[in-house]
Amino acid sequence: MSDSHNLSRKGFVNVVIATAGALMGAIIAIPAVAYLISPATKIKQKESWISAGPLENYTVGEPALFSFTQTTINGWEKTVNSYGVYVMRFSEDEQKAFSNICTHLSCRVKWSDEDRLYLCPCHDASFDEFGEVVAGPPPRELWDYPTKIEEGVLYFHFGAV
Amino acid sequence: MANKVYTWIDERMGMTAIYNTVLDRNVPKVNWWYTLGSASLFLFVMQGVTGMFLMIYYVPSPENAYNSIQFIMNGVSYGWLIRGIHHWGASLMVLTVFAHMLRTFFFGAYKFPREITWVTGVVLLLATLGMGFTGYLLPWNQRSYWATTVGTEIPGTVPLIGSFFTQVLRGGADLSAVTLTRFFAVHVWFLPLIILAMIGTHLYLVIRIGISSVPKKGE
Repeated sequence: MSDSHNLSRKGFVNVVIATAGALMGAIIAIPAVAYLISPATKIKQKESWISAGPLENYTVGEPALFSFTQTTINGWEKTVNSYGVYVMRFSEDEQKAFSNICTHLSCRVKWSDEDRLYLCPCHDASFDEFGEVVAGPPPRELWDYPTKIEEGVLYFHFGAV
Repeated sequence: MANKVYTWIDERMGMTAIYNTVLDRNVPKVNWWYTLGSASLFLFVMQGVTGMFLMIYYVPSPENAYNSIQFIMNGVSYGWLIRGIHHWGASLMVLTVFAHMLRTFFFGAYKFPREITWVTGVVLLLATLGMGFTGYLLPWNQRSYWATTVGTEIPGTVPLIGSFFTQVLRGGADLSAVTLTRFFAVHVWFLPLIILAMIGTHLYLVIRIGISSVPKKGE
């Protein structure tokens, strides 16, 4: 290259080929990569605030089971799962939403009015009204979801346990 | 630096020799009809690559086949493009392979010493049609279902063994999940491997023998 300011014919051809090649490569690669990673970029947020209805529906001191379903869509498959939370109002302005899933092996616990305990049918575990373990193998107290009240309606923040 | 790396690799792999043999071989003065083989090869590679990508999401079962393709078309980025290329490429490949066969036939290029090239080409044409036939069922929609119903009935007209042949194609008396999975297996493994082997032989012979020139008047 005697004159560095001017592009030689060969240099020009090389630049054109490299540019065209890169352009064609990108035209092929971008859709291909987008196609492969696309499902990962469209994951719906699993956590959400769920309404449990007006707070006044729940009696203070009496845990009440609130059942609901959550739909997840993976590809073309729709999965509907049922969940339950025990809404417990300790006082007029203090409440908790307990998951009804036993912290031992994920059986469903059931509130017993006469024992005033959550009883797990699988391994005779029991939890008191505050969710604390009373008896049995569970390693920790019942999970509870954060709650909030908006215009008299109780919401709990449901996420993957 | 790049040159040094290339030389180092080439000394051990002999890529230049392969390049010279495959791409720098002597060819007679030819015309555009001689590009149909390369076009077919390109389309085969393209069908292979887009097919691999479709298999990322496609499920060959009656419950999932249709829905998985709907997902490819509407739920996946550029799924419409990849399926579209595979769909149109299939038709185009049948056309180019067929035109390639016509060119070979009318130019007399099948004659000695290229008979085996011709025979492998015939297998390639039939395998390409087989790819079209098996691939047509995979969307599992009304059109593909009934097209395959009719298509598998055609061998049934052969005397004595016809109905048995239909049942073998379908994997039973009717079109079912069994039909879908066997068509899928044939579409993605059996025929592609046959085609690859035949392309290998075909190209080896083209390189070994060279291509025939355009026939002259009076030949």
